[in-house]
Amino acid sequence: MTLETIESEIEANVPGCVLEIVSNPSPSGQHSLRIDPAHAVAIATFLRDAEPLRLDYCSNVTGVDWPGKEISEKVKIKKLVDGVEQEVEEVRKTQTLGHLEVVYHLYSMEKKHGPVILRMSTEDRADRVHLPSLTPVWRSAEFQEREIFDLYGVIFDGHPDLRRILMWDGFQDHPMRRDYVEPDDFEYEPTPHDEVLERARQHRTIMGVQ
Amino acid sequence: MSTATEAIRIIPKSPGANDEGQWLEVSMGPQHPSTHGVFRMDVVLDGERIVKLKPVFGYLHRNHEKIAENESYLGSMPYTDRLDYFCSLTNNWAYALAVEKLAGIQVPERAEYIRIITAELTRFQNHACLIGFLTQDMGASGTPLMYAFREREKILDLFESLTGARMMCNYMRFGGCRVDLPAGWIEQARAAVASFPRFLDEFEQLLASNEILMARTQGVGVLSKEFAVNAGVSGPVLRASGVNYDVRKADKYGIYDRFAFKIPLGEHGDTYDRYMVRLLEMRESLKILELALRDIPAGPIVDPKTKIRGFRPKPGEAYAHIEAPKGDLGFYLISDGSSNPYRYRVRPPSLVNLTVLEELCIGHNVADVVVILGSIDIVMGEVDR
Amino acid sequence: MDENLKSELRKQGIVATTLQELYNWGRKNSLWPLNFGLACCAIEMIAASMARYDMARFGAEVFRPSPRQADLMIVAGTVTKKMAPQVVRLYNQMAEPKYVISMGACAISGGPFKQGYNVLKGIDRYIPVDVYIPGCPPRPEALIDALMTLQKMIDRQPLTGPDRPRHLQADAPSEFIVPEFGAHDLDPSQNPEVWQAPLVNISLAGTDDAGND
Repeated sequence: MTLETIESEIEANVPGCVLEIVSNPSPSGQHSLRIDPAHAVAIATFLRDAEPLRLDYCSNVTGVDWPGKEISEKVKIKKLVDGVEQEVEEVRKTQTLGHLEVVYHLYSMEKKHGPVILRMSTEDRADRVHLPSLTPVWRSAEFQEREIFDLYGVIFDGHPDLRRILMWDGFQDHPMRRDYVEPDDFEYEPTPHDEVLERARQHRTIMGVQ
Repeated sequence: MSTATEAIRIIPKSPGANDEGQWLEVSMGPQHPSTHGVFRMDVVLDGERIVKLKPVFGYLHRNHEKIAENESYLGSMPYTDRLDYFCSLTNNWAYALAVEKLAGIQVPERAEYIRIITAELTRFQNHACLIGFLTQDMGASGTPLMYAFREREKILDLFESLTGARMMCNYMRFGGCRVDLPAGWIEQARAAVASFPRFLDEFEQLLASNEILMARTQGVGVLSKEFAVNAGVSGPVLRASGVNYDVRKADKYGIYDRFAFKIPLGEHGDTYDRYMVRLLEMRESLKILELALRDIPAGPIVDPKTKIRGFRPKPGEAYAHIEAPKGDLGFYLISDGSSNPYRYRVRPPSLVNLTVLEELCIGHNVADVVVILGSIDIVMGEVDR
Repeated sequence: MDENLKSELRKQGIVATTLQELYNWGRKNSLWPLNFGLACCAIEMIAASMARYDMARFGAEVFRPSPRQADLMIVAGTVTKKMAPQVVRLYNQMAEPKYVISMGACAISGGPFKQGYNVLKGIDRYIPVDVYIPGCPPRPEALIDALMTLQKMIDRQPLTGPDRPRHLQADAPSEFIVPEFGAHDLDPSQNPEVWQAPLVNISLAGTDDAGND
């Protein structure tokens, strides 16, 4: 079954859902389906139970961090220069918000096919990080979604037990995000070089040791 | 639940419970002789009976994924050894397979054979040691584990002469393997494989109809078929519940479709079935090994076109999984065209298999928790990564 | 006592010894390790106690699950920040005399995982370590070698004087600070009484890049 037929099957059976095929240019050819969070649970239930698919095995749940980018574009605007109106080129910078993404790899143990890949994105990386949990549909997502909550900070609504799983409870950061800064406890080698030397230097200036 | 400082706590029974009395909340682990590493369970007990059980992870969370994202593709290969440190070669294989899918690399035939031989040897020693640990958890302290480790040393000798390391082999490469088999290795491996049926007979005779083992495992920790599938359980634990799903057959990765072997399935889904399935799987592994050691062709061991230095796959993503001894081990890679993976994710079978632990244990005694946990076969390096 | 005289006497069937020698001989040959594995190295530790390597030959096969009954802690594997308080607490619970073997690259310095945000860069930041074994993981022979090194160390310890072992010094510390979980890191991130960052020979003079290449 191709991803296009799966898409039209879902559209026929889950009214109002918004789907988008994300094509994958690599030789693996594993294209994926971006689903909208509002209909995620209905889509997941359909994929699990509908006869030709029966994707009963949610194998892998992954979080991916896509930080915001600074996009600079050149725009021509009219400006008064020395009293004369001139067309001046200016660089305008816009900061995108970025988003967090969750990827589900689905297989069928009954029909022995797969993977069908679903993706969901949050709206940004700060406050609007809620996504529906698919643990009620596939129990196997329980620990993996907890891990994404812990390491990426995605809040899964409807998860039965959303706590930190790998880090301790009082920990405040989300270390798998790409902008995470780890505590300064680098090992100081006797002969530091490259990155380690740089870190050792920074540390020394902070500590005020000569 | 309880913090690290209070290991034992008395809590009132939940309101509405008929009988009077109190529950005891005990923290089992992270330092506990039967938790197979630094695993912790917060257990609520009614007398000896388990009422609640919450696994606590993270005591061996060593940031494998984060480190791999700052490391070149090849640089992560030694780290995969340390995921499931009993089975470094199957971890290597899963990762190599994912990168091969990502970059479209072909593997020469001889390398495929070597991969199968090393993977099945790995499966054999993993299952043997697991049964040793399982029986040790039941109180058979020493003997079966000693027997298992005696056989394991034979396999580790083979690995050492092939890869240079006993445990952390770091052997597979994208598009093949690192070095060719040394002279005489095949004969040595054949001799070792030929000696294993005798060991299995001895092991089976010692344990399979042992009254204590049967009393401790039969009917303990029953996992139903439907729940096992929904909870994403994989590997021998899944097949002990009667679900016929083995990635070697379902995906036919490598050249597994050339080998005739059976998939042992359990009927009851209890601890005894999980033990038996592993014992039978070891015999099937020996069948594959005999065939592979007979048919292995000559030829190159690595695709000469594969770039080792400056390896930069095109942007895209790939997911590949294999049947590791613990279950369905997957690697998910996203490439942004640079020399490091943008996202590197391990799908750990041990972690997902632990989803069912609470349900399996509720209603049993404390001593049974140890046996059930032992039969799930976890390695913390993989659970926490 | 003169060594020559002692061996001469032994040939005559007379064993002469000192209290110190007898005491240390007893101590060094009955080291009971704590049954405590952290990661990969623990498997090699188990292999060392199994039939082929047989650590029992050196009097250290009785792995005890309780720290109260053990006097040797083999830190076998990566110590994560989440695990570090438990390791220190276990060390504190052991009765004196107690010794620590830091087994493997991870326990020494974080090893291959030292870039990790949750990895402690060496257990010696919190507790004193007697013997370090490099390797990832060290072979069972290396563990046996470390054990014998420790036995030699114990054998040399004088029972009196300033160099006497810690359990014979009333004011020597036996327990060390157990770190707490903080918001970003452990608190404290190291125990300055036990460990201080080694001095690194680098030039800090601004643009001068001495030592860089």
